[in-house]
Amino acid sequence: MATVLPAAAPAPAIATAARGTTVLRAAACCVFFVAAGVLLPKWLTFLLTMAAANGLVSLGIVVLMRGGVVSFGQGLVFAAGGYAAALLFNKWGFHDLLGLALAGGVVAMLVAAPFAPLLSRYRGIFFAMLTLALSMVAYGLLMKLQVLGGSDGFNLGRPTLLGWALPDERVGYVLYSVTVTVATLMALLARIYFDSTRGLLTLAVRENELRVEYLGGSVRQAVAINFVLAAFCGGLGGALAAVALGHIEPNFSFWTTSGEFVFVAILAGWQSVVAVFVASAILELVRSFSSAYFPNTWQLALGIFLLVVIRFLPRGIGALWVKGVAR
Amino acid sequence: MLTILIDGLTYASWLFIVALGLTLVFGVLKILNIAHGSFYALGAYAAASFVGWAGAMKLAPGFTLVAMLLAAVAVAALIAPLTERGLLRFFYGRDEVLLVLVTYAMFLMLEDVTKLVWGATPYYVSEPYSLFGSIDVGTQTYVGYDFLLVALALLVGGAVWWWLNRTRQGKITLAVIHNAEIASSMGVNVSRVYMLAFSIGVFLAAIGGAFTAPMISVQPGVSVGVIILSFAVVIIGGLGSIEGAAVGALIVGLARSMAVHLAPVAELFSIYMVMAVVLMFRPEGLFQRIKARKI
Repeated sequence: MATVLPAAAPAPAIATAARGTTVLRAAACCVFFVAAGVLLPKWLTFLLTMAAANGLVSLGIVVLMRGGVVSFGQGLVFAAGGYAAALLFNKWGFHDLLGLALAGGVVAMLVAAPFAPLLSRYRGIFFAMLTLALSMVAYGLLMKLQVLGGSDGFNLGRPTLLGWALPDERVGYVLYSVTVTVATLMALLARIYFDSTRGLLTLAVRENELRVEYLGGSVRQAVAINFVLAAFCGGLGGALAAVALGHIEPNFSFWTTSGEFVFVAILAGWQSVVAVFVASAILELVRSFSSAYFPNTWQLALGIFLLVVIRFLPRGIGALWVKGVAR
Repeated sequence: MLTILIDGLTYASWLFIVALGLTLVFGVLKILNIAHGSFYALGAYAAASFVGWAGAMKLAPGFTLVAMLLAAVAVAALIAPLTERGLLRFFYGRDEVLLVLVTYAMFLMLEDVTKLVWGATPYYVSEPYSLFGSIDVGTQTYVGYDFLLVALALLVGGAVWWWLNRTRQGKITLAVIHNAEIASSMGVNVSRVYMLAFSIGVFLAAIGGAFTAPMISVQPGVSVGVIILSFAVVIIGGLGSIEGAAVGALIVGLARSMAVHLAPVAELFSIYMVMAVVLMFRPEGLFQRIKARKI
């Protein structure tokens, strides 16, 4: 149980070496996916784009989960990011893909920041319910605000990339490449954060809050910061998803959307960042296959799948390849 | 003003019945049951079928009420043992948030099961709604059925309270709520209490669904609306508290009818605003004693 505080962090030299390998691996992974995208059929690149965008939101939940809390309201930041990007696109005529994604993340962070200190007082079911309430308030607002398209939402056009107008036949591929790259980058940053002193402190919060307080760490600060970081991830994902879909609507903030993000996070477990995106891809695959082949029972399949995972893989699919320090 | 009050009251009464089931299940089994909304929907669908059969058998219109009651009983008798024994008991003792997710999975499954059984077309159960004629209050006319709901809520609430506080079985249940481990070591069959409480919870959701079926169109998606409302109710009132569920239902009912009549824009928004405010100031809900933090 000693793996909690700075003292237990790996020695700096080893840490740097390990970090170097992680960066290399991430870069290789990114190059692989971008290259493979050329060969993949269109439906698959779109599916992976959505998986990566949604996976970013779930990555945020995993950041929170490592501190022992789960947010059932990440739809809020997902929608905040999506609407921010869509409004920038339509009202201000700002079309750059990377800029839109970044703006989505920053706006979601700004939306989440005022609530972070407040939410950090709550745990367990109350944290989950309060975040759910916030996202449903946002949903109610978005449904009624005619300026933002009301219940139908609105469409947005095709983005540009660093001043390059994307041609018809390339747009899907470029969106895919950018999303995958952003996702890999965020996964890498998440890994670095998890292994940092503050990231390890988060793990300690999960284990025993009182001990963390006695050892001089601030539990509330850790949870609050994690919430804001999770919001950034969620906003980024929301912006990318909105641009990829070319459409935004209040459902982004509905609780079933948030439920799916939690689903992916639980499926992934809190140990591996790669698992988050694998889980997200699995969900997208299951969703598109079953809605194509058994349109009436895909939720049934999803439910059974989730139950099996919770029952037999309590630490998520990430536990399959991360040899964990259990407990 | 009076309209707001009466609308709020009728809305609160069915909401109270449903939320009571949710809060009871949480109190005993420590599970915040998302699938509760699906049980409500099942009750409504079953009522639609049963009332339809009653009509086909040419029974007197009054029998539709019996049919709705039977529908709720049938749902509870069939679904409760199936889900509790067949599914939930494998997850007891796990993290509360994880249990929420288990019930979310159940909700997803039941959503499709209802669609498979009853199809996606809406059902209308209008016969019982006109049974009680209409009642004039001041200058407004109200449907008598609405007042039946209020009476039903009082009856159900009273019955559950009486059962918990005045009967042997109820006291045993209270002991389990207090501490399942100690109750078990005193010779209480805890898993039977779980089973019983869960069945009552399902029954309450189903009867709420059955008796509101005449007022709504029964179609896919009713479960989603109900669950977010009853969540708000039990969170406002305090998880696991009967009085809390009653007060929470009244608050939500009144907030909603006020919003509907005065500022229709804020309908859904208002309820969650109330919930968020309550959570900020009284995180344990209005009627819940704060527990000591365990080290």
